[in-house]
Amino acid sequence: MPKFTEDHEWLELDGDVVTVGITEHATVQLGDLVFVQLPDIGAKLAKGDGAAVVESVKAASDVFAPLTGEVVAVNEAIVADPAIVNTDPLKAGWFFKLKLADVGAFRDLMDEAAYKTFIGA
Amino acid sequence: MSGDDAKTPTEPLRHTPLHSLHVELGARMVPFAGYNMPVQFAAGVLKEHLHTRAAAGLFDVSHMGQIVLRPKSGSVADAARALERLVPVDILGLAPGRQRYAVFTNEAGCLLDDLMVSNRGDHLLLVVNAACKAADAARLAEQLAGDCEIEVLDRALIALQGPNAQSALAELAPGSAAMRFMDVQEMSIMGAACVVARSGYTGEDGFEISTPADMAREIAEGLLENSDVQPIGLGARDSLRLEAGLPLYGADIDTATTPIEAGLAWAIQKARRHGGERAGGFPGAAVILDQLDKGASRRRVGLRPEGCAPVRGGALLFSDLEAPDPVGAVTSGGFGPSIEAPIAMGYLPSSLSAPGTRLFAEVRGKRLAVDVATLPFVTHRYHRG
Repeated sequence: MPKFTEDHEWLELDGDVVTVGITEHATVQLGDLVFVQLPDIGAKLAKGDGAAVVESVKAASDVFAPLTGEVVAVNEAIVADPAIVNTDPLKAGWFFKLKLADVGAFRDLMDEAAYKTFIGA
Repeated sequence: MSGDDAKTPTEPLRHTPLHSLHVELGARMVPFAGYNMPVQFAAGVLKEHLHTRAAAGLFDVSHMGQIVLRPKSGSVADAARALERLVPVDILGLAPGRQRYAVFTNEAGCLLDDLMVSNRGDHLLLVVNAACKAADAARLAEQLAGDCEIEVLDRALIALQGPNAQSALAELAPGSAAMRFMDVQEMSIMGAACVVARSGYTGEDGFEISTPADMAREIAEGLLENSDVQPIGLGARDSLRLEAGLPLYGADIDTATTPIEAGLAWAIQKARRHGGERAGGFPGAAVILDQLDKGASRRRVGLRPEGCAPVRGGALLFSDLEAPDPVGAVTSGGFGPSIEAPIAMGYLPSSLSAPGTRLFAEVRGKRLAVDVATLPFVTHRYHRG
């Protein structure tokens, strides 16, 4: 089951690697994306570090590392075509995969019901 | 996610006469120049921008100031002469029923505001920026009170922009179709006395329609009944004007820039230049006319980033990858939906301002290649008749 952050990211855990993307709520808030910058593979990120940048026509926003870990994969498809994030944020629009320093920290994140309450849905 | 957060207002935000319509249409409202304004509607900035260039967009610009200068003598020429004391523009030569771009300058030759001036036959009508309107009105009252009655109008202002603006407005005001770019005419729209100008801030053909406040909503809804017309927020207004190469007061021009540096020499007609019939006689004339003759040391330029990353206002510009000191800065920038690429404007030394000159903009600690580009990025499509 996916988990969610207050920064509107979703995380899906497989072993000790999480796939990270942004929620549909986030894409609606951001509007049509025109540029995505992803972290380098091998980058070691602490929870809360700037991991990626997304830009709409109007503004640039940061995507933060939701947990501490090492970047092991990035989705180059959304760099080539940022619109994928708007059309399919939860699947094809994933951002990066993080090998977690502490898998236990995943369990403390919000589940879907808690996230829906958080955004007032 | 972070960024793009609305600032917490310290005073209650003002509403335009179209506020309730924006909310019903699903606008995302943000504070802007003391007003609660729609930054975008459901379609979003990108689609709103493209719709305006393809069909027609309706913009609420009622936050801007509409100021009447009524000559005490009864002769509009006296109001024109009085206003010429504050702008380096030929107002006396502005024919009745015509509009012209102008700038207010200060003693240093820098820009206090930019505005549109219309000759309405027996008075002048000024449209000034929202953030500057209180200061403009106070200054006009202080400097021109001997010659003019000054009145800040409590009216709405609706812009209708795009290739289908003419056909959409003609349904409600058939006389508007015969107007040319920069014509201004009073006409009845749905029974209300409106002042229509064929001008705008998108680079497209279009109109700016001053309406009585209590008729603004009815007229906006009347225009929106045409399926070509969609409501457009301030987000797309900004990307449209950026593609059209039009400066934004407070970003690209301000009290640190002269009209010559800003590339606005075209707005200073011959009559106000050295050798002209009414040369000088406006604040900062010595500085501005000297720069007109000799050139300014820096210039506003268009910039095209080489990559896909938008380069936004505030980014510093460097002559190469290693240079320690910047040679200029970006004043506004973003993504141009119609040209599907990032675009920007900024200031550079005149020696580096030729189109094609390669520079580097610092974005998130990296220097990205940008080239000086000719403005506008998108060709203007004004209806010159």
